[in-house]
Amino acid sequence: MGDMRYEAPDSLDQAVALLAAADGQARVLAGGTDLLVQLRSGLIEPGLVVDIKKIDEMRGINEEAEGWRLGAAVTGAEVGEHAALKSAWPGVSEAIELIGSTQVQGRATVGGNLCNASPAADSVPAMIAAGARASIAGPKGRRELAVEELATGPGQTALEQGEIVVSLLLPKAPAGTGDAYLRMIPRTEMDIAIVGAGVCLTMDSDSCAAARVALGAVAETALLVPAAAEALVGSNLDEAAMAALAAAASAACRPIDDKRGSKEYRIKVAGVMACRAARTARQRAQQ
Amino acid sequence: MAKYHVTTTINGDAVEFLCEPEQTLLDVLRDELYLTGSKEGCATGDCGACSITLDGRLVCSCLVLGVEAEGRSVETIEGMADGDQLHPLQQKFLDHAALQCGVCTPGVLVAAKSLLEKNPDPSETEVRYWLAGNLCRCTGYDKIIRAVLDAAAEMRGA
Repeated sequence: MGDMRYEAPDSLDQAVALLAAADGQARVLAGGTDLLVQLRSGLIEPGLVVDIKKIDEMRGINEEAEGWRLGAAVTGAEVGEHAALKSAWPGVSEAIELIGSTQVQGRATVGGNLCNASPAADSVPAMIAAGARASIAGPKGRRELAVEELATGPGQTALEQGEIVVSLLLPKAPAGTGDAYLRMIPRTEMDIAIVGAGVCLTMDSDSCAAARVALGAVAETALLVPAAAEALVGSNLDEAAMAALAAAASAACRPIDDKRGSKEYRIKVAGVMACRAARTARQRAQQ
Repeated sequence: MAKYHVTTTINGDAVEFLCEPEQTLLDVLRDELYLTGSKEGCATGDCGACSITLDGRLVCSCLVLGVEAEGRSVETIEGMADGDQLHPLQQKFLDHAALQCGVCTPGVLVAAKSLLEKNPDPSETEVRYWLAGNLCRCTGYDKIIRAVLDAAAEMRGA
């Protein structure tokens, strides 16, 4: 055991000051479902752990003028119990609720799933498809970053020293918008995605007016796939549009090849999952 | 190195303890407070043998730091029976022989109790999904699921 210090500040300013002063030796503790495993295995030996769960701004689920704002320390279980959020963003909510077991849902947070920067993180493709933006606080003040720009590689983020994700904003969507997230896992529960697909689209009568498609677990980070969205826009999600969507999704993949899913399988399934998610998103958009 | 002084509530009793900042709540429960009902299976949050509730929320105590218990309310398997009176879930686990080696059982019971508090009339599928984070390598799960459904029916007065 090293000389780890634990702090649980109740203000964001204090948290940022602690992180900034720690010279890269600090880790943020939200739900702990990744951090404690890394601590225990000796993968990390931080001099300081900053528990952010006592900071009010990071705990709320609130509807604002700009959209729904989720505090970074909001847990999966809290999202699952929030009927209004689930109704507004069913795809994002179902993605968050897919993370881990009931026990993990009780602790794992939306900010943690993002900042742990696993390429297979379930909430991230759904957030990217929704156009979510991360609100970041740091020694130099506040900034915003699109969710697709936050992870830069496995376990790597664009956060600078002392910076912390405070909340995630799901921007207000036009009428006729629906979203969905689907993942492929080799089992039916308690597994890590070998492909994840998030789709958010806006229908104008029978025509797709706007779309965003994102894929997880098929590259070093979750990917926003503009070509896949372009395949949908202007269509009624007819067979030709769906074939183009699948082809564009598969073409964007550069996955690993491992025991849970071969490279070829992941590439093929990415197209299938994108199409299924798009159909569900359209159904929700037209409800 | 300085230890942290933590004041918390465990199974309704005010409890104070000292712990290292790296110690998990599971380690504190077992090694400092001698509440050894919660088991360590994997220590990575996969098996559920260390399940407890923290402020009423089902969690793996191996994924919680001991210092995080400050000011919170912890419920463990030791708080489940009322003296000699077993909780209906515990009795049904005996009636249905829903355990063999018993290592997963405290975690399964704590998780099942948490489910029935939230949903007194779960379907078999709901029980199976809720308990997906509690691994059992002996029973094949069927007896556990039947015991939980039977306990739920009894607790509803059905």
